[in-house]
Amino acid sequence: MCALKIDLLFGGGAELLFDKIKKRQVELPPLNKYFSDAKKTEWTIREFIVWIKDNLLREREELFIQGDSVRPGILVLVNDSDWELCGELDYQLQNNDCIMFISTLHGG
Amino acid sequence: MPVICRTGCGKKAVLKRPKTGDALCKECFYRAFETEIHYTITKGNLFKRGDSVAIGASGGKDSTVLAYVLKLLNQQYDYGLNLMLLSIDEGITGYRDDSLETVKQNRDDYEMQLKILSYKDLYGWTMDEIVAQIGRKNNCTFCGVFRRQALDRGAAMLNVKCIATGHNADDIAETVLMNVLRGDIARLKRCTAISTGSEGTIPRVKPLKYTYEKEIVMYAHYKKLIYFSTECVFAPNAYRGHARALLKDMEKIRPSCIMDIIYSGETMAVKEEVSLPTLRNCVRCKFVSSQEICKACVLLEGLNKGLPKLGIGKSSKAKRMLAEYNSKQQTLLENGKQELDNNIAINNCSSNSKSCNSGLYSNENIELKESVGNKSKCCSGKCNNLNNKENVTSSKKINSLLKQYRINEKVLNSNHTSSNDNNEVDLLLTGQEGSCSETCGKISSLHLGF
Repeated sequence: MCALKIDLLFGGGAELLFDKIKKRQVELPPLNKYFSDAKKTEWTIREFIVWIKDNLLREREELFIQGDSVRPGILVLVNDSDWELCGELDYQLQNNDCIMFISTLHGG
Repeated sequence: MPVICRTGCGKKAVLKRPKTGDALCKECFYRAFETEIHYTITKGNLFKRGDSVAIGASGGKDSTVLAYVLKLLNQQYDYGLNLMLLSIDEGITGYRDDSLETVKQNRDDYEMQLKILSYKDLYGWTMDEIVAQIGRKNNCTFCGVFRRQALDRGAAMLNVKCIATGHNADDIAETVLMNVLRGDIARLKRCTAISTGSEGTIPRVKPLKYTYEKEIVMYAHYKKLIYFSTECVFAPNAYRGHARALLKDMEKIRPSCIMDIIYSGETMAVKEEVSLPTLRNCVRCKFVSSQEICKACVLLEGLNKGLPKLGIGKSSKAKRMLAEYNSKQQTLLENGKQELDNNIAINNCSSNSKSCNSGLYSNENIELKESVGNKSKCCSGKCNNLNNKENVTSSKKINSLLKQYRINEKVLNSNHTSSNDNNEVDLLLTGQEGSCSETCGKISSLHLGF
C-alpha cells in the first residue's frame, strides 16, 4: 500500500498549537511502518492523532490531547462533516481525506 | 454509507446536534439553529419593535455569530430593530487590538454602526498598564469588572434599549457551576436569567442562552464567518478553566448535561432566609452596585493610589488598607503643604506661571500645577516621604498630561493670541481633570472620601 495523502486543517485557535499553520498536506506511510507493533496497514483517526502529536504538535500537548483522543471541546470534521457521524476515533482514513480540527475553547 | 438528514429532506447529514442527537444536513441545521434563536427571542420578549439594540462585540465566535444571526432574523421576521455593535478596547496588546480588526470587519460585513470604548479613555488605564501594576494573578478581576461597566457606559452613549451579549449555553452552564462552587448565591440566582437589569439600568439579554457552543462554531464554520480566536495574552482564569474542562468532559459523555445544568440553575429556589445584597447606585459613579461604592470605583481608586490590590478580596481588607493609606496621606499632606509653600517662595511660582502663560512652561511648572491641583501629591518628587509607587504613577500621569498639553498648545498657538492661550490652556487642563472625575468618580473627593 502506498502513502496516504491527507489534507489537515486547524481552526478556531487550534492552529496556535501547530506553528499557527492552518492548512497543510501530510503523507502517512502504511501504519505498520510507522508503528512497528501494528498488525494492519490502514490508519484510523485514533492513530492519526498520535501521529499528529509526534510530528506536528509544538506546544502544550494537554490543550490538544486528552487520553487517546482530542481534548473535549475540539471538534473534528471528516471531509467537512462531524466525526460523530462517522465513527469518531474508529473512522478509517481514505486517500485524499480532509481532516479538520476546530477548537471551541478560544476567545469569545 | 453516509448518514441521511433526520428531517427526511434526503440530503447527507453533516453534523450531530448535541442538544437533540439529531443528524442534520447543512440547510436543515441552519434552519434549526436560527429558528431556535428566534424562538428564544420571542418567548423571552427580549426586544420590542423599534428598539435600538447594541450587540456586545468582541470579534470572537459568539458575538460574530450573534451579530450575523440577529441581522438575519431582524430581516426575516421583521423585528424592526436598529442593531449596532459595541466593543470594548481593554488595551491588551497582541490580543484586543487584533480582535478589534475583526469587529471592524463585522461592521462592514453586517453594515452596522460600531462604537469602540477604551479602558484608557474611561478609566485612564489600559489592561497592559494594570497588569504592570497588579501582576498576572488578579488581572481578570479588573478586566471583568471594568468591562461590565464599560458596556453599560457605551450603551448609554449609544442610547440603546438593551445590550445583547453572545453568552452561549455552555457559558451559562459554566457560570452556574462556578457560582455553586463559590457559594455565590446572589449570582447563582440571577446568572440564568435571559434578561438582566433592574430599573435604571440598561438590560442585558442573551439570545444565544440555549445555543450550544459546538453549534455556534459549526455554524460559523459552514457559513464561513470570520472570527477571532486567539487566547487572551494574560493568564486565563484558572478556576473557570477547571469548571469549563469538567463541563466539557461531562458533555462528551452526556451532551444534554449543558441544558440540564441551566435548567437546574433556572429552577433552583433560594431559601427566603438567605439574605441577598440589595442593588443600589454607587455613590461615586451612580452605576448599579451592591455596595455603597461599586467594585469598579474601588479597583480604580486602588490603581490611582498605588494600592492596586485594594479591590481584591474582602471589603474589610480594603477598608483597613485605606485607613492606613489615609493616615499616611494625612501626614504627607501636611508635609507637602509645608514643602509647597517653600517651593513657591523659592521658585517664585507666580512669575513662573506667567511665563507659563506665554507658552514657555517647563516640566517643573506642570508638576507644580499638578501638585497644587491635587494637593496630596506634595512636592513633585522632592519629598522623601512619598512612597515610590505613588511617585511613579503621578509622574507618569504628569508626563501624559504634559504631552497632551504640549500638543494642544501648538494647535492653540497657531490659532490664538497669546493671552487667549492662557485661558484655553488652563481650561484644557481643568477639562482633563474634569473628564477624569466624570469617569472615575470625583478624583479630588476620592482622597478624603473613602
